Amino acid sequence: MKNIFAVSSIVIKELYRRKDFYVLFILTVLICLVMASVNIFNDKGVIRYLKEICLLLVWIASLVIAITTTARQIPAERENRTLFPLLAKPLTRTELLLGKFLGCWLASGLTLLCFYVFFGLLAGSREHHWPVVNYLQAGTLHWVMLGVVIAMTLLGSLVFAAPSSNATICFVIATGILIMGRHLNKVALHLPEPRRGILYSIYYAIPHFELFDMRDLIVHNWPPIAWQVCGLATLYALAYAAVFLIAACVVFRRRALN
Amino acid sequence: MWFEAWEGNRARSGDLLQTLLGDSRRIFANHFFVKADAYFHSGYYPTIFDNREAFETPHMAEDAGAVASNNQGDENGFLGKPRDWIDAFSRQFYPSIHTHLDEGGAQGHTASSGDLGDNSEVREILPWLRLSAELDPNSIRTYTVTAYWLRRQMGKVAEAEQFLRDGLRENPGSYEILFELGRIFDENHHDADRARNLWELALRNWQKVELTKPDPDNFLFLQIVSHLAMLEEREGNFHQALAYMELWKAHSMQPAKVQGRIDAVRQKISSAKSLSLEHPQPPNPIPE
Repeated sequence: MKNIFAVSSIVIKELYRRKDFYVLFILTVLICLVMASVNIFNDKGVIRYLKEICLLLVWIASLVIAITTTARQIPAERENRTLFPLLAKPLTRTELLLGKFLGCWLASGLTLLCFYVFFGLLAGSREHHWPVVNYLQAGTLHWVMLGVVIAMTLLGSLVFAAPSSNATICFVIATGILIMGRHLNKVALHLPEPRRGILYSIYYAIPHFELFDMRDLIVHNWPPIAWQVCGLATLYALAYAAVFLIAACVVFRRRALN
Repeated sequence: MWFEAWEGNRARSGDLLQTLLGDSRRIFANHFFVKADAYFHSGYYPTIFDNREAFETPHMAEDAGAVASNNQGDENGFLGKPRDWIDAFSRQFYPSIHTHLDEGGAQGHTASSGDLGDNSEVREILPWLRLSAELDPNSIRTYTVTAYWLRRQMGKVAEAEQFLRDGLRENPGSYEILFELGRIFDENHHDADRARNLWELALRNWQKVELTKPDPDNFLFLQIVSHLAMLEEREGNFHQALAYMELWKAHSMQPAKVQGRIDAVRQKISSAKSLSLEHPQPPNPIPE
């Protein structure tokens, strides 16, 4: 475990040394502040449009940071020729992979913390109340979902040729599932066989990221969801992350490093 | 320049959105109008993959009296029964109960005390309506719906009036906007004369525009005529009120109810006549 944490700490340090997070965070803040300055019929209490825009930017930024950070981990080690010295130490390939995963996941968590604190301050400045439980649930589920995305991207970094193609494919898949995942079964119902069977298979196979998207509940001030439901969703995400990580470990162990 | 005379040339307009998007901004305008209705329902809204029968006419427009309703089916159950365990589980993570913002929204629905909450939450639909109007200034229902909610729920009468005037500037002579302006003067400013003038102008414009069509907009005609009739009755102009009520009855889906009103007005006329016979007004005193 010590080795895993050591590798993960390097990834976290890389996050705050690179400018990705700062650029996206400042961009989000600027866009939200500009949108907040709009006069809507002289009413200072309008907030939901701002919450929606802010949360959309948070989700886009977090996906970009998670995917780009993860996609370059293994290829960067290979290009910088630090992979061989790393594995020459008493560090197995599995430990390296798990360390990279944990580092990217924790780094994403820190990123999310900053974004959600900003979101909470922005929303609280107009609503004058902080539904902490709701924000905690939304942030936790968001972080757990990013764990699945990071595991998927890590697998992709071992399968696809370049970090750019891996990042693009993972981003398209993640966005596609977020937008369409909930509706695939409805579309499948209207299709003839065998297309219906194929679409249903995809529907059951894919990790349903939209399960972790609580934006509508947060924007429109719905009550928090039951903690048991949160727990089940977390287990669902951890299962998928485990599947992707196991697959990544198997591929990495069989792959030649050069 | 020679191209500036072309019809639809974007360089004619100084508006950035119009220059960038051209006529495609009208598609976005409708999207944001529907988004405002989604906000009216606190996020509980059918997507293009769901049954939209009960949401053909946006509910915020229907409640505002701006358009006739074409809605059918169950507005509470467009999602239907869950098709599988993923569908059932996912309904915990997005709004899945029908509410309206003017009836308390999500908070009012869940308040155990039955308190409907703050009706001013309707304000949350305004940014999308404003954006929709900017993208398509010729969409008249955006102005009338926005003005209705501004003045009825938010108490922002001046803003509603200004918004309608902006709409009238973009759509000169629009009977819908004139009617809504008249409602402001009648219900908020209590200025019967200006309300009457606006509604009479709206009626004239309606006749100019709609009577040439094979399928005229009877919904707005009934609104205008019924409001004129009630205004005249309130002001004591019973004969004028009767004339409008006859028009109202001729096009109404419930002529019996309108006939009831006509009878009540006739009763008032005959009561007024008999009162003046019993107590004749003394002649004006001759000035010394």
